[in-house]
Amino acid sequence: MTLTTTAVTAARPEPDRATAPTAPGRRRRDPRARARSVLGWIGLHAVAIAMAIGFIGPIVFVLLTALMSDQQALTKDLWPHEWRWDNFGAVFQKAPMLGYFGQSLLYSLTATAGMLLSSIPIAYGLAKLKWKGRTWAFYLVIVAMMLPPQVIAVPMYVMWAKLGLTGTLWPLILPNFFGDAFSIFLLRQFLVAIPTSYLDSARIDGASEFGVLWRVVIPMARPGIAAAALFMFLRTWNDYFGPLLYTGENRANWTLSLGLAAFRSTHQVQWNLTMAATILVMVPVIVLFFFAQKSFIEGIKLSGVKG
Amino acid sequence: MIQDTTTAAAPRLGAPLAGRPPRRRRSRAAARNRWTVLAFMSPWVVGFGVFFLYPLGATIFYSFTRYDLINDPTFVGFRNYVFLFTQDPLIWVSIRNTAYLVVAITVGRVVYGLLTALVLSKVKRGAGIYRTLFYLPALAPPVAAALAFVFLFNPGTGPVNQFLALFGIKGPLWFNDPAFSKPALTVLALWASGEIMVVLLAALLDVPTEYHEAASLDGAGALRRFWSITLPSISPVLLFAVVNSIIVGLQYFTEAVVAGAVASGSSDAVGNVASIGYPDNSTLTFPMWLYEQGFHSYNMGYASTMAIVLFLVSAVFTIILVRRMRVTGVQEEE
Repeated sequence: MTLTTTAVTAARPEPDRATAPTAPGRRRRDPRARARSVLGWIGLHAVAIAMAIGFIGPIVFVLLTALMSDQQALTKDLWPHEWRWDNFGAVFQKAPMLGYFGQSLLYSLTATAGMLLSSIPIAYGLAKLKWKGRTWAFYLVIVAMMLPPQVIAVPMYVMWAKLGLTGTLWPLILPNFFGDAFSIFLLRQFLVAIPTSYLDSARIDGASEFGVLWRVVIPMARPGIAAAALFMFLRTWNDYFGPLLYTGENRANWTLSLGLAAFRSTHQVQWNLTMAATILVMVPVIVLFFFAQKSFIEGIKLSGVKG
Repeated sequence: MIQDTTTAAAPRLGAPLAGRPPRRRRSRAAARNRWTVLAFMSPWVVGFGVFFLYPLGATIFYSFTRYDLINDPTFVGFRNYVFLFTQDPLIWVSIRNTAYLVVAITVGRVVYGLLTALVLSKVKRGAGIYRTLFYLPALAPPVAAALAFVFLFNPGTGPVNQFLALFGIKGPLWFNDPAFSKPALTVLALWASGEIMVVLLAALLDVPTEYHEAASLDGAGALRRFWSITLPSISPVLLFAVVNSIIVGLQYFTEAVVAGAVASGSSDAVGNVASIGYPDNSTLTFPMWLYEQGFHSYNMGYASTMAIVLFLVSAVFTIILVRRMRVTGVQEEE
């Protein structure tokens, strides 16, 4: 699947799985070893549960606080006396959350669409077309991927200001129509793993490269494309630096990230509403994750295993 | 690839390519191939030029100028660089803070990511549920996560200090104490380390179990096996995780801005100047100072100088990664 795994597989002395010593060895264990393994099992799960509490606990406390009354949220109590579900409604009255939501959605959806339109063909060019300099072009993608956004912020801002687009989200959306480095990288890693023989048989049947991409590669690469789209959506949804840079001065075009960051300042002491707003911003991401967990996990594996 | 097509597979499928002399077909195919490549790569050629090469060149140019966005840039030679290294009162504070966070976040995330991945690789029943729970926080929007942590760590009523009080520990002021604000941000980064965990878990599960079995038969203990088998096997992935964390650390911005603003009780949490780096500049990172200089004080020339410094540092780590990839080789199509 990736360089790393191939290297490991190549070095592996091809063990015969049927005769591997695991199964029979385990059955003939003496009782002491068995007791030890039961203890090990308990210890392992104790650690795993402690870790799970560490990961989920913060979200639980945030949710509980979001459901408290104004007064109780200022106390040390951790459990709501009365469950104030209307706090979530109050958030929408205190701040134009729906407007922020719309801007976030506009940013994420158009950026993702632009990325798919441009980056799938680019990734195909890097993975499945043979040409001189292809490997170096791939390195350049990685270099672009690793560039901190702050490095080029000044000239980009000047450029978009001259085009009259500062104050809007377009400076963040439009570049994606010319390829997004991380998505190209991810898609390329996925496309490389598709056997070329499938492509070749389509080519022999007279399909153009575009036809091969459209009819053979894209249907086969759906999981990879889904992962790239999810990550793009997530990255833009969570983005704070970009919207701050371009729309910080123009409240009308704020995204959820900006709106949430400003929320607490206007409602200084109301931790409950602030936490309710926090939950509301997290919810779309969590819902997305539960619907597409597999794509997320596959995508991360792909992005990391091969640097 | 096109050659392969014509020689190996064509005879079987026959018809469409029959009848032409092979050499002419090959050169035509090569020409067609060039145009195809260009067509597929053209968005990237434009994108790389307009959104990478041009701004990088322009940043270098601006770094030698004084520029406020209204008047034309004026050339000042190396004055911005001299100012940066000798006079800027906050530059070393911001460099130290960023260095601290890069080290703490990288070491913390990789070690904790490896630890969680190791636990998950051993768990058999319920591994999927654990993985979901461990990974979920990594998805949380950084602004939301920062807000949540300022609440959780708030010294008065926050659950963290209440928990510490159970053991008789008087919790620190966390985001309100210069000595504890960065540790609190580090904990936040650990909480969101799920991505590294998933990557490392995949690498761990790729380590052949036969190696471990052979080593245990030879009497190697768990620690020895981890050191001599597991670590070397996952080292390329580990390198990627480390470099990736360093790059993330160098850009560290959002959580520090939001946490500082919220903890200070500032009236404007969106890039406010008064609260930046609160408390006592302890969370002022290099990118934050760059942003403040460029987009609040409109010292865009000086901000570009800072950007060049940031670029050079991040380039070192990118080069390490790309060199490593050249040694191990990029995986190509089968």
